[in-house]
Amino acid sequence: MRMPKPRGPLSEWVVARLATPVDGGHAPTADEWDDECIALWTLHEMSYRGFEDAADDAEWQPAMLAVRHELEVALEQRLRRRWPGADAEVADVPAALEAVVAADDGPSLADHVRRRATTDEVLELFRQRSVYQLKEADPMTWVIPHLPVRSKAALVELQYDEYGGGDPNRMHSHLFARGMVDVGLRAEYGAYVDDALPETLELNNALSMLGMHRRLRGAAVGHLAAFEMTSTLPSRKMVQGLGRLGLDGPMAAYFDEHVEADAVHELLAARDICATLAEDEPDQAAEILFGAFTCVDLEARLATALLTSWDAA
Amino acid sequence: MTTRPEVEEFDHPDVVVVPHGPMLLRGATSVQGVDGTVHDVRRPVVALCRCDKSSRLPFCDGTHKVIPRR
Ligand code: FES
Repeated sequence: MRMPKPRGPLSEWVVARLATPVDGGHAPTADEWDDECIALWTLHEMSYRGFEDAADDAEWQPAMLAVRHELEVALEQRLRRRWPGADAEVADVPAALEAVVAADDGPSLADHVRRRATTDEVLELFRQRSVYQLKEADPMTWVIPHLPVRSKAALVELQYDEYGGGDPNRMHSHLFARGMVDVGLRAEYGAYVDDALPETLELNNALSMLGMHRRLRGAAVGHLAAFEMTSTLPSRKMVQGLGRLGLDGPMAAYFDEHVEADAVHELLAARDICATLAEDEPDQAAEILFGAFTCVDLEARLATALLTSWDAA
Repeated sequence: MTTRPEVEEFDHPDVVVVPHGPMLLRGATSVQGVDGTVHDVRRPVVALCRCDKSSRLPFCDGTHKVIPRR
């Protein structure tokens, strides 16, 4: 993959510095949110698969880490400001997670796909989703070493299934790639990053940040739980919508796989990962709920942006 | 003399009945449904439907979440 197109002065600076690392100097301020999002996305990507036109050793360059840090601080502040907060005592973590998910009143992309979406809209949705789905589960793998024994074992059990139980053909990201090809889209890693809305990038950046920072481990697994808890029913609607549009090949199979898989994953995430973490590290209980809130909030923002652009809000 | 630290042995049951939810089953390789069909299982843990309302019995598809609790 090559680096994305810059969207303003900051991302231009980041892309130039990643191509040819030079020490020192000050990053310009982003002129827009979009510029900030793509800059942070690009910096994070250096810790996943990287870019063919970036210098590999720029990943850990102090000047690049400084920019990454600044952007992450701003992102975390944004996310925390939106969160209404948790009760002082969280006695039952799975129930509290259910309450966070139930309070979500954002619009549903899956409902739209099931009933009304055009093929073009569905393809646009896949292009947006592909930014994450082609590396599905990867951000959560960072979290494994941050956890105590029970939640760690449970997360590995869940991730093992995400990665196809060792069979590359069943790996979820690979199932998605095959779905992309089948609907006539490009399946290479990062193919549609230049088309990604800032809402898509922010959702990915938040996930990478939660995954990489040990301090944010509770929020990371809370995000995972909310993600899995809001997957089975929407995945079924996606299967129905794709069938309605005559797209019932591998992409429908991808969503179909998520119905049964995520019926398991949501329980593992809420009970075996989040609840045991909160038991072992009680200060993480509120953080878990912060992560869950962030997941549904960022999803709702992306859904609103897409539906508005389709005039379907 | 040094005292040995306590290292807990955790419960890790193969079958877990989830309140208001499915039954989780670890390590199964096949499951027979009520109609006699045998389904291959390829994931480490499966959720078997207990509410009988799933659209893909014998597996849970999350439908239990939208039916009122008794
Ligand atoms: S127990 Fe989940 S659908 Fe029946």
